[in-house]
Order: sequence, then C-alpha cells, then structure tokens
Amino acid sequence: MPLDPTLHADDLRAWYGSMPVTSRYTVGPAGERFFRAMKDAARILGTRCGRCNLTYVPGRLFCERCFDELTDWTEVGPSGTIEAVTVVHLDLDGALLEPPVLMALVRLDGADTVLYHRLSGVDVADAKIGLRVEAAFRRLEDRTGSILDISHFRPAG
Amino acid sequence: MTQRIASYPGTALSEEDIERGHVLSVHDQLRADYAWDAGLAIGLYLDGLKAGVILGVRCRRCDRTVVPPRAFCEQCFAPMDAFVPLADVGIVNTFSLCYVTWDVKRIVEPLIPAVIDLDGTSPPAGIMHLLGGVVPDRVHIGMRVRAVWKPARARQGAITDIRYFKPLRRG
Amino acid sequence: MSMRRVAVVGAGMTRFVRRAMETPKELAWHASRMALDSCGLTLNDVGGVCIGSAPDAFDGVHMKGEYLSDGSGAWGKPVMRSYVGGGTGVFLGPHGWYHVASGLFDVVLVVAEEKMSSFYPHAQAAFLTIFDHTTERPLEPNLLWIFALEMNRYMQTYGISKRDIAQVAVKNKRNAADHPCAMLGEANITVEDVLNSEVLAWPVQRLDVSPVSDGAVAIVMAAEGVAERITDRPVWVQGVGWNLDTAYWTNRDLAYPEYVERAARMAYEMAGVREPRKEIHVVEPYDPFDYKELHHLEGLLLADRGKAPELTAQGVTARNGAMPVCPSGGLLGVGNPITAAGLMKVAELFWQLRGEAGARQVPGTPERGLAQAWGDLMQVGTVTILGTQRPS
Repeated sequence: MPLDPTLHADDLRAWYGSMPVTSRYTVGPAGERFFRAMKDAARILGTRCGRCNLTYVPGRLFCERCFDELTDWTEVGPSGTIEAVTVVHLDLDGALLEPPVLMALVRLDGADTVLYHRLSGVDVADAKIGLRVEAAFRRLEDRTGSILDISHFRPAG
Repeated sequence: MTQRIASYPGTALSEEDIERGHVLSVHDQLRADYAWDAGLAIGLYLDGLKAGVILGVRCRRCDRTVVPPRAFCEQCFAPMDAFVPLADVGIVNTFSLCYVTWDVKRIVEPLIPAVIDLDGTSPPAGIMHLLGGVVPDRVHIGMRVRAVWKPARARQGAITDIRYFKPLRRG
Repeated sequence: MSMRRVAVVGAGMTRFVRRAMETPKELAWHASRMALDSCGLTLNDVGGVCIGSAPDAFDGVHMKGEYLSDGSGAWGKPVMRSYVGGGTGVFLGPHGWYHVASGLFDVVLVVAEEKMSSFYPHAQAAFLTIFDHTTERPLEPNLLWIFALEMNRYMQTYGISKRDIAQVAVKNKRNAADHPCAMLGEANITVEDVLNSEVLAWPVQRLDVSPVSDGAVAIVMAAEGVAERITDRPVWVQGVGWNLDTAYWTNRDLAYPEYVERAARMAYEMAGVREPRKEIHVVEPYDPFDYKELHHLEGLLLADRGKAPELTAQGVTARNGAMPVCPSGGLLGVGNPITAAGLMKVAELFWQLRGEAGARQVPGTPERGLAQAWGDLMQVGTVTILGTQRPS
C-alpha cells in the first residue's frame, strides 16, 4: 500500500445475495366476489360501468375512466374469442419448454376487457386470433379461489 | 374533513381473518438473486479485509479520509484513489443493544451493533459493525475498541472477516 | 420566479390499519375519490396525476406507480411517480406544486399509498435491502439498528433521557385518539407505559415506534385563478424544500439532521419566513420514532439543538400549546403506511388551516403550517409549508 488499483482490475469480484421478498396479497372486496364465484360456482363475473358502457373482467371495485364505484355485477363467458396468442418456448430460466406453452388474451363473451390465461388442447398451428374458446374449470374440490381455478382455456364446443 | 364524513373507507382484517380463510389471499415469493459487482473501491476494500487490513481512501482535494472506500468524493466529485490502510482500532460513536433479528425473531443475548469511528479517518466517517467480547451493560459511547479478526485462512474478503470489535485493554 | 401560485383545495384519506382487506389500488381509489368529492371535482377536471409510494417490495408489486395509476385517476393522463423513501409523502408537496406552478397543469390529483401488510410475514424484512449489500448486509442488520444508533447518539450528545423522549409517544398517541382514521390512538397512555414496553433495540422500545400500516391519502392541488373557483378557502403552498445528505449513513453527524435544516431553509426562504418559531403555527414533523420528532424540530430550527424535549415537557408542542406539533397524532398514533403517512401530514395542515380538523383542531386561527418527512437511508429531508395567505 498505497495500492495501484489498475493492478487489481482482474481481481474485481461480485458479491452474491438476494432480496428476501415474500408476499401475501388479499384480493380485496371486488376480488372476493370475483374469485368466490369461480371457486364456488365456476362462474366468471365482471362489473359493468353504465356511464362508460364498459364491462370489466375480472370485476373491479371502480371504473378507472370515470372513477364511479361499480356495483353492477354480471356473468360473462365462459366462452370467448382469442384476441392474441403467443407460443412460449422458454421458461423463466431460459430452459426449453417441451411441449411449448400457449398463452392467450381471451375476450369473454359479454366482456370489454381481455383475460390473460393459458390455452391448451389445440395445435400450435391452430392457435390463432379469432379462435373460439371456453374456460376449463378445475373440479370443485380443487378450486381455491385463484385465477388457476380456471385450469386453462380450450377450443369451444 | 372530520365533521362532514361519517365513516372512512378501509377495512381492517385480523391475522385470523386471513389464516382461517374468511378472506381470500395469495402467497408469493419474489425470486431476486443477484451478483452485485463490488466495483473498484469496494473490491479493494474486500481484498484488504481478506489480508487483515481495513482500507480507507483519502480525498486529496478535501483532505478527508473515509471508510468504506469509494471511487469518488461525493462532496467535491474528484476521483478518490489514495487508498490508505487504517488502524483496526477506533471509538464507539454510538451503539444499540438489539433483541430482535432482521426478520423480527426475538433473541435473548442482544446483538450490539455500533458505528465505529476508526483511527485515521476524518469524522464523521464511521462504519457499522458489531461489538463483542463485552458485557452489554458495560458498553458506552466513546469506548476504544479493536477489531477481532477471523483467522487468516478463514477470511474470504468480506466485512464478516472481522468477527466483531471488542474493548481495547488499557496499557 | 415566474411560477404560478398553487393551492391545496381538497383532501381525502382511508383509515390506517394493520391489515387492509382492500388492494393497494382500491385504497388509492377510496382516498382519491374522497379528495375529489371534497372539492366537488371529477376526474374530468384533473389534468395530471402525481403518485408517491415507497419501496415496491412492501406492496409486492413491481412498478408500483403504474400499478396504482388507475386507482389514482391516471387513466389516459400524464402521470409521474416519485420516491424518496419515507420522505416521499411530504415530497409530494413539491412534486405536485411543480406540476401546477410550472403552468403544465391547472389541477393535479396527488396520491400516496402503502400496503405494508402484503409483505409477509413482516415488512421489517423489506428494509434489509436498504443497507449496502456488500459492506453491511452480511452483518444481518435490521432497520431498528439505524434508529437505535441515531437515538443513542442524540441522547448522549445532549444528555437527553428516555423519559424525555417517551413524552412524544404519549402526546401523539393521545392526539390520535381524536383522529377517525387512527390505528393507535390511546387517550390514557402514560410515559410509564412507553418505558415499560418491550425493548426491541435499546434505546428503542415497542411504544417508541410507529406501527406497520396500510392506507392511502390524496390531495387536490390547483393553480391560482382556478383554486379560488373550486373553493372559497384554498390553502396555499407557500414554500417547498428538499435536501439529501451523503448516502454513506455512517459518515454523517447522527445527532443533528443537517439535511432537514437545509430543506427547511429552502422552504422558509421561498415562503418568506424569517422567524420560523413565530411564523409557523402548526407543525407536522415526521415521527416514525418518538425521538425523530425532537430531532426534526431541531433541524427545522423550531427548537434549539438538544432542547426540543424541553418544549415537549413544557407543553409547548401540545395540541393546545403555543406551537402544536403533530396534532393529527402523527405516525406514532395515526399509523405509518410510509408514504401515505407523510401525505397525511400535509392533509392535516390543510384541515387545520381551514378549521376543519374537528376534535383535533388547534386553538386560535393558525395561518401557516409546516409538514416535514425524512427517509431513504436516513438522509433525505422534505418540507412543505402551507398557509391561508396567498403568496405575494
């Protein structure tokens, strides 16, 4: 010492660590209504804003456009139309997914917004915008009040 | 405000409400693993610790010696490259007797975190570390302390290469 | 400066609770909606939106500004999120003021939200990452260390006792008993209760600390010429200030918050305040820990160094004292959903200066108030001064 920093450039190191973030989210009053309808009755509910003439899915507490509280709950789906779809070949760590996973934006019948979910039971070549699909619910005893109570969407009919 | 509004929004839940499923909830864990580049100044600091030396850095323009070392002076913005070894002896600037861990678990024997002003630095220029080898009641601000190092072969270039600081014996 | 004058014209808040059922954006919507309703505006009147929130890790939502945007009325609007740690709530004063004073917007909605209960099991762990990952985190620090170390240094430097400091917790928790949104209001709490509470990190004990909380607060700010049409009692932004000290927290004077003084001087100069002790009539300094209120009063030049405890002991800072401090009940009493708690202080000034604070109303007719917050790694000071007089 004193040290010449340039002599040590090859020795530069990284320090390894993580951010220990663990979360528990409540679903909120609108979420209670939406998720319990899926869990208990395999129904998908939206909320309608009369002023803006929009039906939001999942149902929300308020309209983001006019700020009104939304109290008009309405059932949508379970059928809908693919608005967009992608074929996922890599998982979060970059490993190959075999077979690839289809993820889609589904506009449920009666809704103005789209729902992001898995698409299964269809060849990749047939997974196209405009495809008619329907929600495939898990069995009652397997449903927990989660978005995965819908296991996936599949071709309608 | 207060006079006109009868009730305020916001619904308080108890832990039980959630645990017993009175309301729905979802658990998740963020995956956030990092390799933080130490950079030049802290890289040298870690090298120094491995060698049993606490390295500071002097700003030639401000005539100020600080620790941990840094690549530039945040006061005058000049580069800082005059790395200097400091004594591993200093003064307790402040301390705490802490009875909870970082994740809020209670412990019986307190941890004694402290800010220590090392000899040769330009105060305020302390570092945070732990005190040890001392009865908690005896710790006081102004106490002289010395670093207790891990054995050389166990050191890995980390702030924990110093196990803790302990009171300096007189004489 | 050729800036427009800016006023606060409306405010709203949710209750502060340990665990809210509502999602963060639902809390934000409740507060935002109440703020707009309070001054008879709708989203159509809002030109831009200013959001403040603390680390994304609390709510467990990445890009929290974007996440909160719909609940903050930002659909289809220019929106900006600011974040200076715990200082953010009061930083929303300058943040919103800038948006309007600049001439860019006539009316802005300013929203702060925090849902700390989403961090499970305990939000304390989220603070681990504020310490330097390489030189400090291996020592497994917890957030209490910083406060305990600073409090001890403050006590030692000026010969202040824990009993002196505990009076602040008592005052604020008692004040909070009159706040309809408060989480820890206790009309009968005593200094002994504080001194006998569980020791967490000596000298910090359980009742020296504000609680982990969920909640949201919103205010509406409007330009001169517009504000007077919205309300006949606009409360004007007279001064704003903010300042940062070094990010090396162990390289600072822990007994005195220099950065708070710098922020305060900036705001006083803008407000034309020359004698703050006479000209500030109600104060809402940041009080996440009881000693911090004292620390900050000194940094704000509202008390001599080391003498803020005497003001507390003499009742000067009581709600009916000569200089009421935290008449809301502060973070110690109302609760501490970080950013929302800071903006709550600005909202409290709005209500106090309009004479609308109900049971919390300070006596007389206060004309000027100051809110201050602090945060990041203990080195940011943010100040907002509101007053009934339109700045000249």
